[in-house]
Amino acid sequence: MSTPLRACLVLACLLPLAAACRPPVRGTVITVAGSTSVLPFVEYLAAEYMHLFPDVGVNVQGGGSSAGIQAVLTGAADLGMSSRPLGAAEAAELGALPIAWDAIAIIVHHTNPVTTLTLDQVRAVFSGTAGDWADVGGRQGRVTVVTREQGSGTRGAFEEMVMRGLDTTERALVQDSNGAVREIVAADPAAIGYLSLGLVDDRVRALTLDGRPPTVEAVLTGRYELVRPFLFVLGSSPRPEVEAFVEFVLGEQAQALLAQEGLIPAAAVRGGR
Amino acid sequence: MSKDRADRLAITALGLSGLLTGALLTLIVGHVLARGLPVIDAAFLLTAPERMGRAGGIFPSVVGTLAVTALAVAIATPLGVMTAVYLAEYTREGFFVRLCRFATAALAGIPSIIFGLFGFVLFVIRLGLGWSVLSGGLTLAIMILPIIIRTAEEAIRAVPRSWREISYALGGTRWQTVTRVVLPGALPGVLTGVMLGVARSVGETAAVILTAGTTLRLPRSPLDPVRTMAVHFFILAREGISMDQAYGTAAVLILLILGVNFVAYWLLGRITARRG
Amino acid sequence: MRDERPVEMLLGLVALSTTTALVLIAVFIFIEGVPVIARVGPAQFLLGRRWAPDAGSFGIFNMLAGTVWVTVGALCLGVPLGLACAIFLSEVAPRPLARMLKPALELLAAIPSVVYGFMGVVVLVPLVRTTLGGPGFSVLAASAVLAVMILPTITSITYDSLRAVPDSYREGSLALGAGRWQTIAMVLMPAARPGILAGVILGTGRALGETMAVLMVAGNALRAPTSPLDPVRTLTANIALEMGYAQGEHRQALLATGLVLFVVIMAANSVALALSSRRAGEGG
Repeated sequence: MSTPLRACLVLACLLPLAAACRPPVRGTVITVAGSTSVLPFVEYLAAEYMHLFPDVGVNVQGGGSSAGIQAVLTGAADLGMSSRPLGAAEAAELGALPIAWDAIAIIVHHTNPVTTLTLDQVRAVFSGTAGDWADVGGRQGRVTVVTREQGSGTRGAFEEMVMRGLDTTERALVQDSNGAVREIVAADPAAIGYLSLGLVDDRVRALTLDGRPPTVEAVLTGRYELVRPFLFVLGSSPRPEVEAFVEFVLGEQAQALLAQEGLIPAAAVRGGR
Repeated sequence: MSKDRADRLAITALGLSGLLTGALLTLIVGHVLARGLPVIDAAFLLTAPERMGRAGGIFPSVVGTLAVTALAVAIATPLGVMTAVYLAEYTREGFFVRLCRFATAALAGIPSIIFGLFGFVLFVIRLGLGWSVLSGGLTLAIMILPIIIRTAEEAIRAVPRSWREISYALGGTRWQTVTRVVLPGALPGVLTGVMLGVARSVGETAAVILTAGTTLRLPRSPLDPVRTMAVHFFILAREGISMDQAYGTAAVLILLILGVNFVAYWLLGRITARRG
Repeated sequence: MRDERPVEMLLGLVALSTTTALVLIAVFIFIEGVPVIARVGPAQFLLGRRWAPDAGSFGIFNMLAGTVWVTVGALCLGVPLGLACAIFLSEVAPRPLARMLKPALELLAAIPSVVYGFMGVVVLVPLVRTTLGGPGFSVLAASAVLAVMILPTITSITYDSLRAVPDSYREGSLALGAGRWQTIAMVLMPAARPGILAGVILGTGRALGETMAVLMVAGNALRAPTSPLDPVRTLTANIALEMGYAQGEHRQALLATGLVLFVVIMAANSVALALSSRRAGEGG
């Protein structure tokens, strides 16, 4: 009894060591990190890419836009994903490349009679000055505002483009992903939130803003203005494998897949905002 | 109110609360299994997810869960058993033992998010292991250490004193007695602790999400990030990616944890039966 | 005889593993968390009502208040039910039934917290919203989910303490003409009180520290709640919600939030440990 037991103990001690010592296959692994808004799309493309090139591994990791940019600066990641433009200091050391454009849709429950709001009304609702749906032409009842957490790129873009310096009400429910916001709005007839246009489904309704409907066409013609770039952030001298992956993402096939997922292809808005 | 009426009333109320608790457990487990079991088949367990988990299987997160859990148990078991041996066989009550006991109990009471923060700061950032199987496994190992120590110590203390006396009488040293008599006798109890540690690791989310990451890909090395089943379920359900897939994952999780717990209690039952 | 001192020293060293882990955790959380608290000022950090990391405001008072609301709510719901279950199992239910039910109850503790949180979102939140009003994501929903989660802790420890009360107490009380309920309420519960208290405090610790389930059902609004139907953000949810994105000072502030949580829980658990060791002392 004692010998197998001891052997087990020794083995158990050695196992993690052995595991730790095995060198990771660095040469064929590309690490992408950053914005959780961009993440699902890049993960999707990464799966396609690995399907085409089985000997290449693409690790896609969340963490947020800032963490992604930081990771490229420190070399922890080959590529950063960001849903906000680079800061001046960051832009001095890194390059940013739009891989697609994403519209932010303001969403309500599909039974909500309100189908259109002005930007001022949206601002009033999210800042809490219009706390009842009747204030903006809806059925009477308290509005449940749903927002994203501090630090989220989507929240940053929304605050910059819509709130313009006003604080979001402290009553607002706070969720840490697009999907979680959608699930709440889909379940609560009194809720309002915002998320990537590509994630809108038929349980929620995307509001028309200032008479402009949130559609890909309206974005392409520049009528719908809540649009932000999804960026790849690159170091000064990316490895060839990394460049090959970036090329794939910007290529026709990948861009078509992104469009299918509700994003606006990078080239469509080139030079845009 | 008469004594008898008070008794009847109280006993009814107590019975009802027992019933309510039982009903809650049955409802929660029943609901998840009813929605999840139809989703589970070999393909669900053994194929990769498609389109971010909207379809396909959960193979990478099964592997991720097993990898992180195995690592945690492989690290915590020897440490925990050796600690238990020391506490039960080598020392008398004193400051040192009180310190160890306090630390073990205190560690058991620390919430998993704190382990997550600690693992994130130490393993992911300072030691540069990144979000990985290694970081997650190390963090979980610390988290389950108290469980393993406590059950192992209890099991060791349950080994009859006479066994040790016979060993010493035959000229065995303390170390020989421990490895050839006490530990084999305590093995079922030790395994119970390991099983409970496995169950805790498998079901953990907060500590794992901060240390092992959320990448839905088959890990190729211990330094690769993984998404465990619990994390996968959390993301699927919370972001409304696919309710069927979420329930399926939850059902696998619950079956696994119930199974592991069942084995643990069965082993425990065997020891208590022998002792009694 | 072989010299055993090296073995003994090695084992002693390993036995320090939990102490080492505890110290390491404390040291790292302190190193990361203290600078922000020092810069903001402890009073401003703990009592400040504005949490706006982008603007450099770090006040966690509302989250402290939220944690207190949710924990007290969980105790109000969970303690009576937990005690009742324990008394039922120990004093009322036939022995074989109790022996079957207790492990089943302990299985409740093994179910992952995300499953509880999910059930809360699917069942409890809509129920609260449609029957009581408000957004549904609320103190009430969070407390109810936590109450179920701390039930096994409270029940199991109370059960053990009740079982530890010698049968002579029961017999004596009944012989003096007391009813079963009188015996339970006036003899057994007081005798088991330190153990019950320890169970309640450990349950409190679990409620204070639970993260994912609370994150899913509490709504995480920054405002301090004024009613059980208001959404609320706890210390733990604040960490889990924002950790993914946090950089620099924001991240440090979240670690400082963890530091506050760590201190509160260590204090609670130390009290529970002191109580249970006192009980052990009395018993021996």
